[in-house]
Amino acid sequence: MGTNGVNKNRRNLFQTSAALLGGAIAGTLLKPLEIFSQTSEETQEPNKDNLPLWGMGVDIEKCVGCGKCAEACKIENNVPKEPFYFRTWVEQYTVKNDGEVKIESPNGGIGGLKQSVPDDDIFKSFMVPKLCNHCSNAPCVQACPVGATYVSPEGVVLVDEAYCIGCSYCIQACPYGARFMNPFTKVADKCTFCYHRIKDGLQPACVEVCPTDARIFGDLRDKKSDLVKFLQKNPTEVLKPHLNTKSRVFYNGLSSEVR
Amino acid sequence: MEEHFQHLYEALSQVEGYIYPNEIDLHWGLMIVLYPYITGLVAGAFILASLERVFHVKVLKPTYGLALLTALAFLLVATLPLVSHLQHPLRSYEIFMTPNSTSAMAIFGFVYLWYLMAVLLLEIWFDYRRDFVIWSKTSEGLKKIFYQLITLGINDTDEKSAKLDDKLGYFITVLGIPSAFLLHGYVGFIFGSIKANPWWSTVLMPIIFLFSAMVSGIALVMILYMVVSWVRKVKIDMKCLDTIARYLLFILIIDFTLESLDQIHRIYEAEESFDIISVLVSGKLNITLLIMQVALGTIFPLTVLGLFQFYKPSEKIRKLFYFLVGSMVLIGIFFMRWNVVIGGQLFSKSLSGFTTFKTLYSGMEGSVMAAVWMILPLLILTFLLWLMPPWKKIDYHD
Repeated sequence: MGTNGVNKNRRNLFQTSAALLGGAIAGTLLKPLEIFSQTSEETQEPNKDNLPLWGMGVDIEKCVGCGKCAEACKIENNVPKEPFYFRTWVEQYTVKNDGEVKIESPNGGIGGLKQSVPDDDIFKSFMVPKLCNHCSNAPCVQACPVGATYVSPEGVVLVDEAYCIGCSYCIQACPYGARFMNPFTKVADKCTFCYHRIKDGLQPACVEVCPTDARIFGDLRDKKSDLVKFLQKNPTEVLKPHLNTKSRVFYNGLSSEVR
Repeated sequence: MEEHFQHLYEALSQVEGYIYPNEIDLHWGLMIVLYPYITGLVAGAFILASLERVFHVKVLKPTYGLALLTALAFLLVATLPLVSHLQHPLRSYEIFMTPNSTSAMAIFGFVYLWYLMAVLLLEIWFDYRRDFVIWSKTSEGLKKIFYQLITLGINDTDEKSAKLDDKLGYFITVLGIPSAFLLHGYVGFIFGSIKANPWWSTVLMPIIFLFSAMVSGIALVMILYMVVSWVRKVKIDMKCLDTIARYLLFILIIDFTLESLDQIHRIYEAEESFDIISVLVSGKLNITLLIMQVALGTIFPLTVLGLFQFYKPSEKIRKLFYFLVGSMVLIGIFFMRWNVVIGGQLFSKSLSGFTTFKTLYSGMEGSVMAAVWMILPLLILTFLLWLMPPWKKIDYHD
């Protein structure tokens, strides 16, 4: 076979390959353009300003560590009862006279937290309820490779169970330990602010059962809401502010020992 | 399920200090240790091959084909530990269908495919095409059919076509170097970009991963070259082996410097996480980090290879030590991955306590499965060496 044959053969191969490759690239590029073929009704984003922006306040001084919130959450959301899976839990901090900090949360506080340090050794002690912080700069949402976890228009970080591939990257990315891999559904699981309840105008289960009103749930856009009033009245702080996650769970009375 | 809970109850009883209750289970186990390990071997082997092809280190010629086929064999397996670790492996294709543009992990599939399809397969094809044509005429049976098919109908064997193959192959290799850097630097970024984890979150992570990848890939090819030569009963080209060892030394020095810089920086800045990390290093990771990774995997090879630059013992002793050093480097880099992946999950993000990790024997995340993923690429490589032996190729490229 001479040089012409070489070139012809090669040209054919390159032409076919180029056509296939070009087709594939064009397909990929055209995909996002499909949005233009939809009707305006389909593409219209809900006007976020008309929607509530949910958040939560936690009044540390009011929490007595009864753990009812963690228990109610497990029942309401069908969270596995084993002590390795929590959408919310309560931590008991005890600062001893010698400066040592003891943190405990047996079974997430379910059944009530009991003080294990003798009274004489205690400098101060307090309870800190924890849950997903529903960050607006959520590292979990950033990390999810398939977009299965997302922030809803009302500011709630949710997981699409039918879509999550179970890679656990979001769990690694969450600085607050608020996510777990559900052993039954095999997808990432977390607090939803009881999305199914708040949609119907109800309070999240943890807020509903709290006997001391230590958790204040509400709409951050509604100036008259209990949450906004709580934020106005108290100097509040978020957890790990240096990570710039723009958390929407605000703590009143947060001590520097809490992480 | 009961077994899993049992395992977690056991871990719960061994928690030290305070950890968030969801942190008892380590979400990334042995499979995620293997993932950067195997991709690192690929990138390292490829870069060794490129030294010969692009940077004209002609003395490395005997390992060029072997390095490329090693890279291919390991690359074919690289995604399997990842997919087998997924809780929903059948949904893994979603990474290609709807990748989340902000996710460091989402791009892996594309980087992987680019590297496999556009770099490695093309380079090997251009390198072997003329040999495939020749072999298709001299072989029998299935082998003949394979060679005929793989030529893709381009059956020229003249000088001109060989030159074109060489030119295109060279171009792909040049393209391949940044691609190999991208492949493994990117794997480092998956960890380095997690700001929630102070053990991972360092800007040096991609570059540390890259250099450790080169170190492991070069060590692997060095060992494989010796083993393949022994099996084929041919004399080992000592000039080639000495050169590989010298490159291994240089890159190991860079790798060690970078990792030391990372640690010195941590110690000097002594940020919020410093206390827990120093307990982690001196306690939970003392064997895997200080002994396996640093002493055996780095200091020992550095000492031996460094010494050989000044004093050259007999070939026999050098071969023995090269084999030993190569093995130690491979073990050391495995534990480097271990220390990153497992070490990063042993301490709580509350920075107040530790959980434990126990390697399971069976199951998708177990050590048997890990052994399978490590042996499989070697079997693939054996097959590739049988199918397309680099030593039977006719040499074209200058």
